[in-house]
Amino acid sequence: MNGGLNGTGRRLIGIFDLIGSRVMEFFDQAGYTVLLLVRAFYYLKDAPSKAREIFTQMYFAGVKTLVVCSLVGVFTGMILALQTGIELQNFGMQYQIGHLIIASMTREMGPFMAAIIITASVGSAMAAEIGTMKVYDEIDALEMMSISPVKFLVMPRVVALAAMLPVVSIYIIVLACLGGAVVANSILNVSFNVYMKHLYKGIHFKPIYVGLLKAFVFGLIISGVSCAYGLRATSGELGVGHATRSSVVASFLMVLIIGYFITAIFYG
Amino acid sequence: MIEFVDVHKSFGPKRVLGGFNLKIEKGETFVIIGQSGIGKTVALRHVAGLLCPDSGNVLVEGVRVNGASAATMRKLRGRMGVLFQSGALINWMTVAENVALPLSEHRRFPKKEIDRLVDEKLDLLELGDAKTKTPSEISGGMKKRVALARVLMSNPAIILYDEPTTGLDPVMSMVISDLIRQMQRDFNVTSLVVTHDMKSAFHVGDRIGMLYGGELVQVGTPDEIMNTENPVVRQFINGDLEGPIRAQ
Repeated sequence: MNGGLNGTGRRLIGIFDLIGSRVMEFFDQAGYTVLLLVRAFYYLKDAPSKAREIFTQMYFAGVKTLVVCSLVGVFTGMILALQTGIELQNFGMQYQIGHLIIASMTREMGPFMAAIIITASVGSAMAAEIGTMKVYDEIDALEMMSISPVKFLVMPRVVALAAMLPVVSIYIIVLACLGGAVVANSILNVSFNVYMKHLYKGIHFKPIYVGLLKAFVFGLIISGVSCAYGLRATSGELGVGHATRSSVVASFLMVLIIGYFITAIFYG
Repeated sequence: MIEFVDVHKSFGPKRVLGGFNLKIEKGETFVIIGQSGIGKTVALRHVAGLLCPDSGNVLVEGVRVNGASAATMRKLRGRMGVLFQSGALINWMTVAENVALPLSEHRRFPKKEIDRLVDEKLDLLELGDAKTKTPSEISGGMKKRVALARVLMSNPAIILYDEPTTGLDPVMSMVISDLIRQMQRDFNVTSLVVTHDMKSAFHVGDRIGMLYGGELVQVGTPDEIMNTENPVVRQFINGDLEGPIRAQ
């Protein structure tokens, strides 16, 4: 009986210990990421000298993800049109589908889809690349040359992603609208002209600038989180794998959480 | 020039350095030998300020490295170079860009002057043909020489070599060892070399120290080490299975 109680107590302490250490770890990493972003902002003055690296990273985030962004954009629009169009058809309001697609894509789906694609393809690669540099002493070598890794590696990536996320978002929104038009025309019998007329009606300034702001913030989050995990990678290849996986999970979570708060601030 | 004073360093429960003392004179090449994972690189990283001791002091040119301000560290590192085990070259840059890095990043010199210095260092290390190649296109030995060329760009007074011959064939090991000697001869560089390659250690070292159990169990000239009666050092340099050293 006594032993059982002790065992339960030990398990409880173990659970609280685990939760406590995870919470501490989260705040430690979050604090490190915020400080890293602040330091990256400080080095913005050196951005012109890092133009080549910034454009390279922009190329990775934009051109290299073009195919997947195109597919995601078109099919998101088609799914949205199909799912909501069938419901609207029950009320004879399927002609409103253009309005609905542009509203949901600019407010939420466009920046969110862009963030998911960039996290999975570019953010993970960033964490792995910087993590590998860390375990192979390249970061230490930079320190020894008095070259700040934040200026050399982090700032160009932050600038590139913060600039490219809004662009990728707009691209996805445009393609989603085209995908929606195909479904509206072929399945819901809404003519292209009617679709476009209602789509234009759905374009408002506020959802666009809030959507672009979200995309910009997501760019900061993904680059900051990915670089932070990469710079803190330890224990060889295993550590790089762990840093990459953790950076993707943390980026997704932060995009969702911060995305909600931006929505709440502007629409709440 | 470089001084360790009663340096202690542990990682969790593992004690790596326990009362480590060493003084390296100006222009001297000192080699730390010892088993893999015994703490040789840890000692070297203390000099570079990449690790901080739990207690004790590390002095470089009379300046305390541990606890030094960022400005002091920058000044010290400007007089110091590290040849990392992997070379630590930036993969997306060419050999020439890697070598130019210490100067091009700080924009201290005009581009023409940097290009001239890069050519000079690459020629010195017989790397002229590899100038436009990336690190993935060159051999391990060439990577080490490129890394050394990069170190030389800032004319360091101190060079720290971390396992400079590991992973190289015997001929390339001797080429690198010769370069280490050449650096001392031609530029009067003070060097700290950590290695378990005994042939290289005897070739480059003015003095050799054996790290075991967190401290240097013997320090001496290559001849003294070669003819030592210390059982730990004897076993290590002869590679004997029997003796006080146990495989880790």
